[in-house]
Amino acid sequence: MKKFKKVLIFMTVVALSIGLLAGCGGTDQSGDGGTKEPSGQPAAGNARSLDAIKESGKVIIGVFSDKAPFGYVDSSGTYQGYDVYFANRIGQDLGVDVEFVSVEPASRVEYLKTGKVDIILANFTVTEERAQSVDFALPYMKVALGVVSPDNALITDAEQLKGKTLIVAKGTTAETFFTENYPEVNLLKFDQYTETYNALLDGRGDAFSTDNTEVLAWALQNKGFTVGIESLGSIDTIAPAVQKGNTELLSWLNDEIKALGEESFFHKNYEETLAPVYGDAVDADSLVVEGGIVE
Amino acid sequence: MQDLGIRVLLEGNNMIRLLDGLWVTVRISLLAVVISIVMGILLGMVMTLKNPVTKALTRIYLEFIRIMPQLVLLFLIYFGAAKAFNIHISGELSAVIVFTLWGTAEMGDLVRGALISIPKHQYDSSAALGLTGIQIYRYIIIPQTLRRLIPLAINLVTRMIKTTSLIVLIGVVEVLKVGQQIIEASRYTAPSAALWIYGTVFFLYFIVCFPISKLSGKLEKRWQN
Repeated sequence: MKKFKKVLIFMTVVALSIGLLAGCGGTDQSGDGGTKEPSGQPAAGNARSLDAIKESGKVIIGVFSDKAPFGYVDSSGTYQGYDVYFANRIGQDLGVDVEFVSVEPASRVEYLKTGKVDIILANFTVTEERAQSVDFALPYMKVALGVVSPDNALITDAEQLKGKTLIVAKGTTAETFFTENYPEVNLLKFDQYTETYNALLDGRGDAFSTDNTEVLAWALQNKGFTVGIESLGSIDTIAPAVQKGNTELLSWLNDEIKALGEESFFHKNYEETLAPVYGDAVDADSLVVEGGIVE
Repeated sequence: MQDLGIRVLLEGNNMIRLLDGLWVTVRISLLAVVISIVMGILLGMVMTLKNPVTKALTRIYLEFIRIMPQLVLLFLIYFGAAKAFNIHISGELSAVIVFTLWGTAEMGDLVRGALISIPKHQYDSSAALGLTGIQIYRYIIIPQTLRRLIPLAINLVTRMIKTTSLIVLIGVVEVLKVGQQIIEASRYTAPSAALWIYGTVFFLYFIVCFPISKLSGKLEKRWQN
């Protein structure tokens, strides 16, 4: 019986190893299709140098695949959007192909830390906390608060809000900003975005405030409402990020952004990708940052 | 508004993209399921051994996998291996490894449960009838074990298929993610698309999982006699 046990254990070990090997072979052959696997990966968890990227003929860039109009996949399966437009230009100027990797908000930092992507271009807002784990290049976009209100009682200045009711979503920068800076404004708070928009439509408040990219897009879909204040409060910037310590790629990106500023590249990008969504109602300068300089 | 949602489904390559995504889901889960069943049966047999070493080892393995959320395991294999050992495993392979580890552990425990649920007198009476060891397993024990195992195993298999929706977090774009991409891409042009796309995704999962539970029902019925 003892021998039988030993044989059984040995067989299990063999089966385990064969199973794992078979698993490898199977997936390698069917590696295309819907998935994008970073190829030409670095041997280490460290980021690749500029030369290594050029040599491999491919720069791996992490973007969102479901955040229209910044990073999304169109009906033919091609990556599109403001971030993607910039990513394609980076590839062109590096003289390499761009390989897109679909990232999620929560995994963006990990992708850089492990060197699975070279650059993250996924609407990455610059924060002090994030700057401790990744290196941000110069910004190429900015977000601030926007205030949307009905056309017949349009709010164009924050001072007008005093004594009126402003709708905000709980936990947003809008809530903190108005509590601290405009205590005279009555805040009507909701947990979810859909509730806030419905409250505004029902007339339960005089105006609604959140990120300007959100309200601008919403106002276009809803006749009778206009974003009276397009940019309010502290301005957050959005920038490309690379692995901490990859100064070579970082300074290349900074030079690139400065050079692109001279040809107003990001305004052109805005025209191509964001203008169809935001229309003429929005001033490009309230979102676009040119040459890395935030005014 | 409603026909607008349907239009999004048929626009461009959207339907083909959804099917491509489904193929990613199916090939990862089925590969993991097949390996898990084979290794789970072996593991289950090992777990019934009275040897304290194998008992402890299999116990630790099972508890570890059971306690760890699948998402943590995926991150461990995909990001952790890269960080700690500089080993880069592709997202799809990481998914197959994690789902195989999980499936094997749970399948092993199911097999163990099914095996020990066979009363001792079954062994004794078949031995009394003069059957050899192999014959006892072939004609008495294995048929009864399988019958007890089928419903439990089917549960596990469909659960594994559905849990593949997590692998998008390690960059593998599967059917649910493709659906979300389509919804978001048409967010401004067709806001009602969400219902149709999620409905389609539901239907796609259904046509994968339903034949499996149908098959299990058939097998159960046939083996009842």
